[in-house]
Amino acid sequence: MRRLLAPVPVAVIGVVVALVALLAYGLASNEPDRGIEKALQQGEREEAPELILPRLSGDGEGSLDDYRGQVVVLNFWASWCEPCRDESPLLQRWHERLEKRDATVLGVDAFDEIGRARAFVDKYGLTYPMLRDGAGDTRERFGILGFPETFVIDREGRIAAFARGPVGEEFMRERVVPLLREQA
Amino acid sequence: MRFAVLATAAALALLLAPAPALAQDCPKTTLGDIEDEVMCPICGTPLGLASEAPQAQQQRAFIEDQIADCRSKEEIKTALVAQFGEGVLALPGDESGEDDVGDVLVYAIPAAAILLALGGIAFAVLRWRRGDRTGRRSGEPAVAGSDTARLDADIERYDL
Repeated sequence: MRRLLAPVPVAVIGVVVALVALLAYGLASNEPDRGIEKALQQGEREEAPELILPRLSGDGEGSLDDYRGQVVVLNFWASWCEPCRDESPLLQRWHERLEKRDATVLGVDAFDEIGRARAFVDKYGLTYPMLRDGAGDTRERFGILGFPETFVIDREGRIAAFARGPVGEEFMRERVVPLLREQA
Repeated sequence: MRFAVLATAAALALLLAPAPALAQDCPKTTLGDIEDEVMCPICGTPLGLASEAPQAQQQRAFIEDQIADCRSKEEIKTALVAQFGEGVLALPGDESGEDDVGDVLVYAIPAAAILLALGGIAFAVLRWRRGDRTGRRSGEPAVAGSDTARLDADIERYDL
């Protein structure tokens, strides 16, 4: 017992405990916020985090609040993301339908090079509004794990559904269309 | 006539001389040189370690374009920050002020590790020296007493 209380074992134990604590802190601080996911699992709609970003076109800033009262399909994407390429034509098709019903798709280009992102928009003929988050600052707030990810925001600015990975026709019909009937 | 041709050739040579010099100045840096000093933000690792990630590939293509445009390392880093934010630099700390504890730890841990290592070495040296001294002291009585008397007798007998 006296041996265990000697200075060297105490120092070694202290260093090991400090390293484990540091590792735990590192893992905890890098873990994205899963609050949105948990709220949706409990059937609750959480207020969407604030989102104010420059427009991808370079023409000033845009925010999620600009679309308050509308149903917003908020899609996080990047030009280097392969599934985003497959998903974009579907989002464009749905945007054309949604804009007639007081709803919109809103794209957020993240962790991306601006030239390639604009070329992507031109290539796929995307006409829905686009914001740019080059540094990916919104990633933590929305608990984004990868790209693409899509959040459906109701007319009151609350998150009503979300999808990790590309969305399909089924998701749009089941998760977006019912919200169009809701009043603000 | 001959003089005029020679003069024209000399003038042309002078005019053309800076071109190879410029070509030697460019490129000013290499992809490998920059890769170790910037992050792949979405991978959370230095770009050099993020070999297959699509964003890393895009960043590399961006850097290679900049190198081809004869930009210096610092100019390329500035361009990367403009595209991907301060987080692209492989340095602790960012403008947002988030994760302050982590930023301090990045500097504090190596310093603490060095101090700990120095302390350990000092401690080991002290113990070793103390042990050596104790050993020498404990060795003295071993040849004392009856052994000493016998040793003296042996020395006298052999006339050493």
